[in-house]
Amino acid sequence: MTRKQKRMLVRIGAGAVIFAAAMLLPLEGLWRLGIFLAAYGVTGWDVLWRAVRNIARGKIFDENFLMSIATVGAFVLGEYPEGVAVMLFYQVGEWFQGYAVHRSRRSIAELMDIRPDYANVERDGQTLRVDPEEVAIGETILVKPGEKIPLDGEVIQGSSTLDTAALTGESLPREAEPGAEVLSGCINGGGLLRIRVTKHFGESTVSKILEMVENASSKKARSENFITRFAKYYTPVVVIAAALLAVVPPLVVPGAQFSEWVHRALIFLVISCPCALVISVPMSFFGGIGGASRQGILVKGSNYLEMLAQSEIVVLDKTGTLTKGNFQVTEVRPEDGTDKEALLEWAAYAECYSSHPIALSLRRAYGRELEPGRVDAPEEAAGRGLTAKVDGHLVAAGNRKMMEEMGLSPKGTDPVGTVVHVAVDGTYRGRIVISDEIKEDARQAMEELKRVGVQRTVMLTGDAPAVAEDVAKKLAIDEVYAGLLPLGKVEKVEELWRQKSKNGRLAFVGDGINDAPVLSRADIGIAMGGLGSDAAIEAADIVIMDDKPSRLATAIKISKKTVRIVRENIVFALGVKAVILALGALGIAGMWLAVFADVGVAFLAILNAMRALRPVK
Amino acid sequence: MKKVYQLEGLDCANCAAKLERAIGEIEGVSAASISFMTQRMTIETQEDQLAGVMKMVKKTIRKVEPDCTLVE
Repeated sequence: MTRKQKRMLVRIGAGAVIFAAAMLLPLEGLWRLGIFLAAYGVTGWDVLWRAVRNIARGKIFDENFLMSIATVGAFVLGEYPEGVAVMLFYQVGEWFQGYAVHRSRRSIAELMDIRPDYANVERDGQTLRVDPEEVAIGETILVKPGEKIPLDGEVIQGSSTLDTAALTGESLPREAEPGAEVLSGCINGGGLLRIRVTKHFGESTVSKILEMVENASSKKARSENFITRFAKYYTPVVVIAAALLAVVPPLVVPGAQFSEWVHRALIFLVISCPCALVISVPMSFFGGIGGASRQGILVKGSNYLEMLAQSEIVVLDKTGTLTKGNFQVTEVRPEDGTDKEALLEWAAYAECYSSHPIALSLRRAYGRELEPGRVDAPEEAAGRGLTAKVDGHLVAAGNRKMMEEMGLSPKGTDPVGTVVHVAVDGTYRGRIVISDEIKEDARQAMEELKRVGVQRTVMLTGDAPAVAEDVAKKLAIDEVYAGLLPLGKVEKVEELWRQKSKNGRLAFVGDGINDAPVLSRADIGIAMGGLGSDAAIEAADIVIMDDKPSRLATAIKISKKTVRIVRENIVFALGVKAVILALGALGIAGMWLAVFADVGVAFLAILNAMRALRPVK
Repeated sequence: MKKVYQLEGLDCANCAAKLERAIGEIEGVSAASISFMTQRMTIETQEDQLAGVMKMVKKTIRKVEPDCTLVE
């Protein structure tokens, strides 16, 4: 509660007590009027004051004016209790509405609470606590256990684990040791870290994320624009209808009381306030964007969230998006009489002086420290492979062509991927398959996409068709287009875009490194692995902070939920208002119900909007 | 250039929208946006016009939404 809200609560309480006293005490005449006026004044003086102030500025038909007219009208007609009660009820509703707005603002602020407050910077041998904005590139900062890392940088001393949950929604901690790049917004675990700052605060990850989410509401969704346009026509239409309601029936219907119809017209006006819609629709979108960011999904605008809910075709890049983009030994197939370990060992030693990704993956798979003393006369056969003397044996590791040139013919066909054949002293010993690893959750991610209503999943890649087909089959992807150059990807996306239905949307998912043209061509460009990649954050409409393709389905679920909440609120608010408007015109709904249709509906719509903040399963 | 200001007492979304429109029409302001949820106002203007523009912005706030104030 803010101070203003507390004060208001006291006033409402005092007003209610005086009102109760007025109802119970057997007072007559002026005394009775006096005590009701006191209750009315305590409760609603600010409404009256605002109404007067607004009329002076030429703004007549606002809530304050309507409430003032309605309640003052009741007093004039001698209905003192109704005048006070309606004002009291209105203020209670307004209070709840304000409280709900305040609460939701606070929970959104909590979500965004990744902004570091200070940095411990080392200057002239002293550690000073300063504003992160005052730290220059190249300075050294100290981050104690449990503190937030204030600026992006590189660890120069100490090791620790970092909690990146605030940035990625991922609770698995990351290791940080000297030489590692660390990002602002992460929380330092158990160790003391000395970090050399590599980016200004304004350029650091945490600032970029905050700026993006805070500015997200400036890109308005279609339903938000609809509400703004709607409110523009709605209010004058209702005012005209109310005026007709007040004037026409008394003239046309015989015996109709003028005061009765004016009363109905006033009720009509009170009901009509579009507040519920105007507040709850943007609030739902904001909640959805806030909730998504908590799960490591940054959405750059409500419009993208709305479009995402209509995803029909999801086009994915292969390398870096569905696969890890690093080569790894996936299969070791020795010939009979050779064991796997030995095959890997020979291959790793034969390639021990090479820095080719294949050599690196072989050494990684072997896993043990290499002793360079065991290797002699390493030699490279360009486009074939490598040979070297290992422990005095001549080891050859290379492709099929190399084996054939040595007079060996490996039996059987090679599996999909890059295959390294190994021969020792002229005898064929087996093959090692190296391929790009599919991400653990990729298969599940594709299944989930189908479950949340995506019609087609399409994979694009510059890779060879055989490799692409294999990955697509493993992941149950509908269509594959392989061997594409970057320009070819743009053309393919355009072609697919023409195939989608009118209301469907095409989303493209890439790793953001060389996908910029495609990202901007798609309805929704989604970049994966945004953590640390500025290019991705710039080019995409939605950024998935960690590398998990399964976040795609989460993002779509959040968007669908948000859009559903928005629709619920629009239908609920307009529905209730339409019913009560009709009842009001017929003289069935009194001022009480009218006030409920105004503030009560707004309050309920806000509560509903807040559901958008909660994480989806 | 872009400047961000914090607002206080922005109580209704409709008022925020009205305020945004009014401020956007001030001479020298090339773009204005107000976020109701974060109560932040972003104004784009020329650096040398900033002082004059801000005076007008404050006046506009007082006129359109007297309950709302700009935190400095």
